[in-house]
Amino acid sequence: MKDPKTKSINNFDRQKSSLKYVNKNHDKMDAYALACGVPAYTEDLPLENPLYLKILFSPHAHAEIININSAPALAIEGVSHVITHKDVPHTRFTTAGQGFPEPSPYDALILDTKVRFCGDRVAAVLAETPEAAKAGVKALEVTYKLLESVFDPEQAISGFAPVIHDEKDCKYPIDVTYDPSKNLVAEINVEIGDFEGLNKNSDDITVLNRFTTGYTSHCAREPHAASAWIDHQGRIVIRSCTQVPWHIRRLVARALNLSVSRIRVIKPRIGGGFGGKQEMILEDLCAYAALKYNRSVLTVLTRDEVFRSARVRHPMINDLHIISTNKGIIKALKMDLLLNTGAYGGHGLTVASNAGSKTLSLFSGVPDMTFNARAVYTNLPVAGAFRGYGAIQAYFGLGVSLDIIADKLNIDPIEIYLKNGVKEGESPEILKSLGEGGEGCPIQYNSVGLYECIKQGAAEINWYKHHRMYRSPELNKGSLKRGVGMACILQGSGVPDIDMGAVTIKLNEDGSFNLLCGATDLGTGSDTLMAVIAAEILDTPPESFVVTSSDTDVTPFDVGAYASSTTFVTGEACRQAALKMKTKLINEAARIMNYSADELECSNSCIKKIDSINENERVTFADIGTSTLYSSNQHQISVTASNCSPTSPPPFSAQFAEVEVDIETGRVRIVNYVAAVDCGTPINPIQAEGQTEGGVVTAIGQALYEEYHFDSKGRMLNPNFEHYKTPGPKDTPRIKTILVPTWEPDGPFGAKSVSEVVVNGPMPAIANAIYDACGIRLYEAPFTPERVFKALKSKMNIE
Amino acid sequence: MKIDVKINGVQKNIEVKPEETLMRMLRRIGLKSVKCGCDEGNCGVCSVIVDNKIINTCMVPAAHVNGSEIITVEGLGTPSNPHPIQRAFVEAGAVQCGFCTPAFVLSTFALLKKYPDPTLEQIKQGLDGVICRCTGHIKIFDAVTLAARLMKEITCERS
Repeated sequence: MKDPKTKSINNFDRQKSSLKYVNKNHDKMDAYALACGVPAYTEDLPLENPLYLKILFSPHAHAEIININSAPALAIEGVSHVITHKDVPHTRFTTAGQGFPEPSPYDALILDTKVRFCGDRVAAVLAETPEAAKAGVKALEVTYKLLESVFDPEQAISGFAPVIHDEKDCKYPIDVTYDPSKNLVAEINVEIGDFEGLNKNSDDITVLNRFTTGYTSHCAREPHAASAWIDHQGRIVIRSCTQVPWHIRRLVARALNLSVSRIRVIKPRIGGGFGGKQEMILEDLCAYAALKYNRSVLTVLTRDEVFRSARVRHPMINDLHIISTNKGIIKALKMDLLLNTGAYGGHGLTVASNAGSKTLSLFSGVPDMTFNARAVYTNLPVAGAFRGYGAIQAYFGLGVSLDIIADKLNIDPIEIYLKNGVKEGESPEILKSLGEGGEGCPIQYNSVGLYECIKQGAAEINWYKHHRMYRSPELNKGSLKRGVGMACILQGSGVPDIDMGAVTIKLNEDGSFNLLCGATDLGTGSDTLMAVIAAEILDTPPESFVVTSSDTDVTPFDVGAYASSTTFVTGEACRQAALKMKTKLINEAARIMNYSADELECSNSCIKKIDSINENERVTFADIGTSTLYSSNQHQISVTASNCSPTSPPPFSAQFAEVEVDIETGRVRIVNYVAAVDCGTPINPIQAEGQTEGGVVTAIGQALYEEYHFDSKGRMLNPNFEHYKTPGPKDTPRIKTILVPTWEPDGPFGAKSVSEVVVNGPMPAIANAIYDACGIRLYEAPFTPERVFKALKSKMNIE
Repeated sequence: MKIDVKINGVQKNIEVKPEETLMRMLRRIGLKSVKCGCDEGNCGVCSVIVDNKIINTCMVPAAHVNGSEIITVEGLGTPSNPHPIQRAFVEAGAVQCGFCTPAFVLSTFALLKKYPDPTLEQIKQGLDGVICRCTGHIKIFDAVTLAARLMKEITCERS
């Protein structure tokens, strides 16, 4: 491979020595408190005399609620109220935490007269103790009229299926294709060039396969929890484990027919989210109850309820057709997706769009690309946002298809990426037409470290020694077969022209600062990142910043934690705010010391005369803070900056898996895993590594064993960790993370994002490694021992 | 019914209900580090040390710990005076959302009592009762190794 070091890699190498705090490891600022058990999560924090709210969830996949008899519940000691559809407002909304106007259908009510999946809300019980609330839910007597259900998305869209949303008032707030009479939530059709009219040569390679992925759950350690109370001004205060406080505020306002000024949303620490908390799961009901009964209210889901009633990943069918020349140049690519969005459609359009835009933009120069996607309603659990957001499912098919082409041509799959992958400075054609739920937004890729990622990752796993070598019978004896596979992936950094974040910084008398940001730290460490960025600009340690985040009354706006936006979008707002603060400090210091501003510089928590070491020619931040708050030119030194970026530079990753397949049992073991990641400049490298490792292990679980099982009536059969397994310590393979920094010119100190891109690699890399080990292709994830064994048997029968 | 139990070195006499789990009881008396992740004994975030063994408190009736000694992370250290294991978790980057961190810290405490210098296999085995979804466990393993070193340094300093 010729030297893959691009301009952006060289730019990082030039810049890094000038960085004092950025690109150095820092402890997360809340880590000690969390390791020492300081109460910090929604269920831990005190509430004044709360009522406990429990929800009755539907046992039926599709039914009308004919009657709810609350009397047996109200007869239980401690039960105070029962809430049904007769009590709540009837303004339809989306539960999806998206920008406004939402690219999501308004198809939900707080409580409806109909249930649309096993796990849909039926009614709620309030009680003085959680035990009484639970007993109250059990005691409710509900009469249902069962309706015909549909679980298969192809059947749902066929025109012969029951209509799941037949209500007259469900609608889309934006002008997109939406036809609930056909169970159609979203439809996207984009074409570049002419796939059908393509000139084919006889020696072209054609690959056409159907890839399917199923239902998976975020499995955040903390189940969803929300609390609400009425404050001394009669306003509703909601405290919940939400990734999207401002969207929750707006959605609750809509659901309760109130103005947003009546509502405050506070996010405390969250026990993981991964997209599952980018949704209004509990807050509307909690807020309604608090307002109606003037009591504080707490509700927490059980794990069973999280599995069945919260949100899941969109199951996806990917019919992928790729035509390549016999030299491995991709001529044409057609991706047809069918997404099962379950009973409500909040993220159907945007996940579908993202699946296309984040895969097809890996290439430039493919003259014919077609992307068709549909998202459909079924009477199954509701799909929502989940780390990867469509890209993880679509990359399964893409990564395997490229490996098939390489195998047919007897070339290294790395060559396919080298020949066809987007290069630094290019702008993928597909992005002009395919945005995230809306119109396209052309993006020039100014930092592409992918090829250096490939080079370093391949070296680390000894790719060239192992790939295709295990096929030799001498090397791969016995029933344990080893193989290696790889895949290249990208994601985004925020939604361009839409995601906005803002940061406020104000000076205190001791030279410390309050840094207020709306950005939502869900364990990702964004609070710490903001402090590090501001520290770099102001040349003062990150500990100088007291970070308060995610309170809609106190901190400035932020869309919240999704689309990998926080570091790139809010981080840049933070950098700009710090620059403004620097200017103000210099101006005030100039006034105090009687210099002109251009004679001064910011250095080591002081403003001083440039190049001077004389203590008389400087003032500390504390000096400035004390004098401006108390004695001279009194005013609060405070700045705010906002950022909304017109671009979304992708992070890249090249990932390599070494597996061992037991051909007697079908069991797949990951022996070694390498993830090389270009996230731009890692602001806090140890955090970026942690995100990579966590994302890879989650995706390994989704590749090898995580899936929902349903009975014939649409009920989930395995809503617990005993039968829905996630990787534990003994399942964790050796993982090597290689950060390959680039300098992204549009990012704060060159940063992009990291948290989502890393999950897109394991499924295709592992599938390709399994093929390398024992010659079977897998088209359905997860690659359970049963599926692997069946494929092995099928291959043996053919042979 | 009332039970006598020593919690973090302090002898207590606590009223408990027959159906109350140890997890709920500990949270009720203010030890919020004990988390509820599944309430079915499958995720380990409710883990606590009882009589030197790490157990899932959601699976144990509170009444059963009459006469026992319990350690939670609140008893190990505070942010201003952390235990070496807590310090190791922070410095190794092993704390992301933190929901499982108390359980892993206590699992490490139990493991290092048995194996003061554990191999990676012993670490994986010793910690296997708790599952993390944020970190992928890699930095947790690093934290245990660092904790072992820090604890050894303290023992050497003392002797």
